[in-house]
Amino acid sequence: MNSTTTTGVAVRDPAALPRLLLTLLALALLWPGLHFSELNIGVLFDRDSTRAMATLLADFFPFAHDVEFLALLWKSTLETLAIAVAGMTLALLLAAPASLLATRALSLSALPRDGRPSPLSQSLRWPARAVLIVLRSVPEIVWALLFVRAVGLGASAGVLAIAVTYAGMLGKVYAEIFESVDAQPARALLAGGSSRLAAFFYGVLPSAAGELVSYTVYRWECAVRASVVMGFVGAGGLGQQMDLSLRMFAGDEVASMLLVFLLLVLLADQLSRFLRRVFV
Amino acid sequence: MKTIAQLSGVGVAHADGTRALDGIDLHIGSVERVAIIGPSGAGKTTLLRLLATALKPDRGQLQLLDKNPWQLSSGARQQLRARIGLIHQAPPLPPRQRVVTAVSAGRLGQWRLGKSLLNLVYPLDSVGVRAALARLDLGDKLFARCDQLSGGQLQRVGIARVLYQSPELILADEPVASMDPVLAGHTLQVLCEEAQTRGIALIASLHAVDLALRHFQRIIGLRDGRIAFDRRADTVTPDELAALYANEQLLEQAQPAPNATATVVRIPLC
Repeated sequence: MNSTTTTGVAVRDPAALPRLLLTLLALALLWPGLHFSELNIGVLFDRDSTRAMATLLADFFPFAHDVEFLALLWKSTLETLAIAVAGMTLALLLAAPASLLATRALSLSALPRDGRPSPLSQSLRWPARAVLIVLRSVPEIVWALLFVRAVGLGASAGVLAIAVTYAGMLGKVYAEIFESVDAQPARALLAGGSSRLAAFFYGVLPSAAGELVSYTVYRWECAVRASVVMGFVGAGGLGQQMDLSLRMFAGDEVASMLLVFLLLVLLADQLSRFLRRVFV
Repeated sequence: MKTIAQLSGVGVAHADGTRALDGIDLHIGSVERVAIIGPSGAGKTTLLRLLATALKPDRGQLQLLDKNPWQLSSGARQQLRARIGLIHQAPPLPPRQRVVTAVSAGRLGQWRLGKSLLNLVYPLDSVGVRAALARLDLGDKLFARCDQLSGGQLQRVGIARVLYQSPELILADEPVASMDPVLAGHTLQVLCEEAQTRGIALIASLHAVDLALRHFQRIIGLRDGRIAFDRRADTVTPDELAALYANEQLLEQAQPAPNATATVVRIPLC
């Protein structure tokens, strides 16, 4: 091996062949994906589809802005925001402890093993991971339908549905964020006799705070959207209102509501930027 | 003299199976100040991590502060770890943490969780932390953020954390690697004073041989994972040092110059 480098023959990159094979594999997997989803962009520009879309879009202008409707819109917007905030708060209460249980970043058994936890401690993390998987593998709309049966039509079904699904998502991603930040500070603290929770607050949280905040705000933005979708199945808020407007073909009302969504997403985006500036 | 560390026939393997340390026999008593020297890759860091219970030996017997750390329960091992302070070569401090928090984290092993969390919100012992920092000439950086400090300053913050921890055994892995010679000498002085006044053991790895000879009573030469020599600092000979740092590969490439051994001896100067 050494002789080839000194005689001037080009050194072959050992990673080249695996990379090529992985690229080919990715392409091979992509093709059936396109095939089975029956994606056909041509339909979108069909004569009938364009006309149907055009009539709906033409109704959008001017936006609905009579006082009565605006009052209704204001109330539904507040309800949507309340659903998203309450759902996220409940989700956080579940996700924070679950992510601490699921993460490998605070493993004591990993200390003398180069950061690889022992099989036993890894298997103890599995129940926490399994709970998170179950929570998020059922779509929030299905949870909402379930909760509408249980607690009746209205906002509380939406809150519960968001809490359950988002706890699963937040818990998983939090656990992975903890693992992706520099592990040395926490490991040094653990090796200095610190408890795992203290090592988390002193060693992991300072580096992870920015990512945690920006992911949480993004998820809150998703929760606003999700609460709208769930409104269609009777879980309250803007969605329920939009469902009614769509049924009455009131394009101007739909347009006003979409404008509110835009503003809410913009708000979330600005909030995320601001918090990132503080924490990163 | 109380026994601080007792190693007999201790060995550790790297992840790829090669021996990082082999057949290490060592006895270290309290109030001893020991320097570990040797070429890169000799196993200095591995030996220190072993003594810090951050690595588990796969051979031999290891006793630390009269306990076998790997026969203790996890909780008891954490209590033992709280009595040992390791100064890392690259200080493991989160960049966004304030110095006062980073230093007070030295006592997390002794504090209850409630106190630790409260200290995160409001520093409970800024006077004690400042005293530890002041000994390293960093008293004015108490409320600075770690990412505002230079490499040498960060390394001293790491040392201040261990001073604040006040352990019964101080381990230091290249504690002065990113400092200028004057500061390096002063910092080693502080560590030695700490060990002397509190009657505890200090074990440091150093690549600057002259600093090791000047500040430490006992020198352990490590080469290829084995102890090459272990003797009092004033009895270490230049020939021993030359043999310790002799680098066959580099010498071969450089074509044997007549004064090759002499240049090799001078490498470890700071």
